[in-house]
Amino acid sequence: MDELPIRSGDDVVRIRQHVRNAAATTGLSLVDQTKLVTAASELARNTLIYGGGGLVRVEVVKSATGRAGVRLAFVDKGPGIANIDLALKDGWTSGTGLGLGLSGSRRLVDEFELTSRPGSGTSVVVVKWSR
Amino acid sequence: MDQVPILKIGRTLFVSIQIDLQDESVMRLQEDLAEELAATGASGVIIDITAVEIVDSFIGRMLTMIGQISRLFDAETVIVGMRPAVAITLTELGLSLNGVRTALDAEKGLAMLNGRA
Repeated sequence: MDELPIRSGDDVVRIRQHVRNAAATTGLSLVDQTKLVTAASELARNTLIYGGGGLVRVEVVKSATGRAGVRLAFVDKGPGIANIDLALKDGWTSGTGLGLGLSGSRRLVDEFELTSRPGSGTSVVVVKWSR
Repeated sequence: MDQVPILKIGRTLFVSIQIDLQDESVMRLQEDLAEELAATGASGVIIDITAVEIVDSFIGRMLTMIGQISRLFDAETVIVGMRPAVAITLTELGLSLNGVRTALDAEKGLAMLNGRA
């Protein structure tokens, strides 16, 4: 498992490259690699902008049926999300974005789990499986 | 932060993105293009994204805005060279790049700008 900091725009670029390598090594198709890297870019930016920075853990995992996948865990200690259902809605944003970051990246991965409480930060865990 | 160069050929501005874009670089490109459009009176902008591996919602929004800004300078923007995996991902993400024209490659984009497409 690798742990990468999310403190700047440069970190977001580094995370994309790291996730791309992990996805390629795991045997994800080119389209699935692109989807995972795009989701990682969205989630890393969220961690940076809304969470005030944090980190991502990148891990190659195996499913019960033996399929390989890449698991990403984005963690911040920011203000947290008061209304998770609203935050996951297409087009809803608390900032100046399009509101596609969370809802869009959920569509790009196979598993998506968001845990957050106001005042105690946010964690988003996603998995993309090879086919 | 890396800067994306802008080339002027005739009445067209050419931008070929060859770096892994970070948010600041895209915003800088937007500003540089607006300056170039004002200074040169170019009538078209071609943005080549052949080397771009991902377009997320931020980069997508910036590309759409570049198209809108160009129009304020009476110029048309064509995005060329999008990779198939990028097109599939953009669509699933829910981004439509509304108002920006696209072409398969730079040659077709140029033809589009010249009204031959």
